[in-house]
Amino acid sequence: MATDNRPLSPHLQVYRPQLTSVLSISHRLTGVLLSLGLIPVVLWTLAVASGPEAYGALMNILGSVPGLVLLAAWTFALFFHLLNGIRHLFWDAGWLLDLRGAYASGWIALVLALVLTIAVWGGLA
Amino acid sequence: MNLRNPLANAHNHGAAGDGVSHWWAQRFSAILLTGLTVWLVFALTRLIGADHAAAVDWLSSPFNAAMAILFVVTSIYHGKLGLQVVIEDYVHHRLAEVTLQVLVKIASIVGGLLAVIAILKVAFGV
Repeated sequence: MATDNRPLSPHLQVYRPQLTSVLSISHRLTGVLLSLGLIPVVLWTLAVASGPEAYGALMNILGSVPGLVLLAAWTFALFFHLLNGIRHLFWDAGWLLDLRGAYASGWIALVLALVLTIAVWGGLA
Repeated sequence: MNLRNPLANAHNHGAAGDGVSHWWAQRFSAILLTGLTVWLVFALTRLIGADHAAAVDWLSSPFNAAMAILFVVTSIYHGKLGLQVVIEDYVHHRLAEVTLQVLVKIASIVGGLLAVIAILKVAFGV
């Protein structure tokens, strides 16, 4: 029985991207990236425990330009996943399930994630 | 040769009653992480650019050490639950899927253990 090669829905190639669908896959994408982002978190705890030398080496990597870009991206992914996750918790409770609520909360999550990222890094600069 | 309809297979090996526990675990760890992330953001603003002595000083406070352990364990657990679903959904090659699931589990346990021991070492000043 040929069950392997059947087309799977949704057919992404004929779908027009919508805010709701884009944020939905972005939630998964940021979730995967944040999981990978836990590796430097673990490395940081190990570096603090090892001593000034290991800590300095890690700080040099994180403080480099690619390191800072990744840290900024990590912060944005964190805020977006947090806010969109709260949106998911609201949906679990049965709230915001209409189109208006889904779109309004989607824009709020996206814009607020940007604002918070800029606030954190702007406050440091 | 398996002549059974795929639906019949699904029914036979269907939910054993614990399917909902994954859902709850993901939500519970998510709610815990909403609070812990607020702590983390304050921590980051204190720690970015800090030297080793300042980092040790910060991490050796009982409150920060406890929150750091709670954050690391909860976020790794939440990440493991999420990655599990992503792998189930998108990796359709059975051997690759099982291998990835096992690797994610092992990495979660090892990573969590390393971080907790490192934090405790700093907290107890050994």
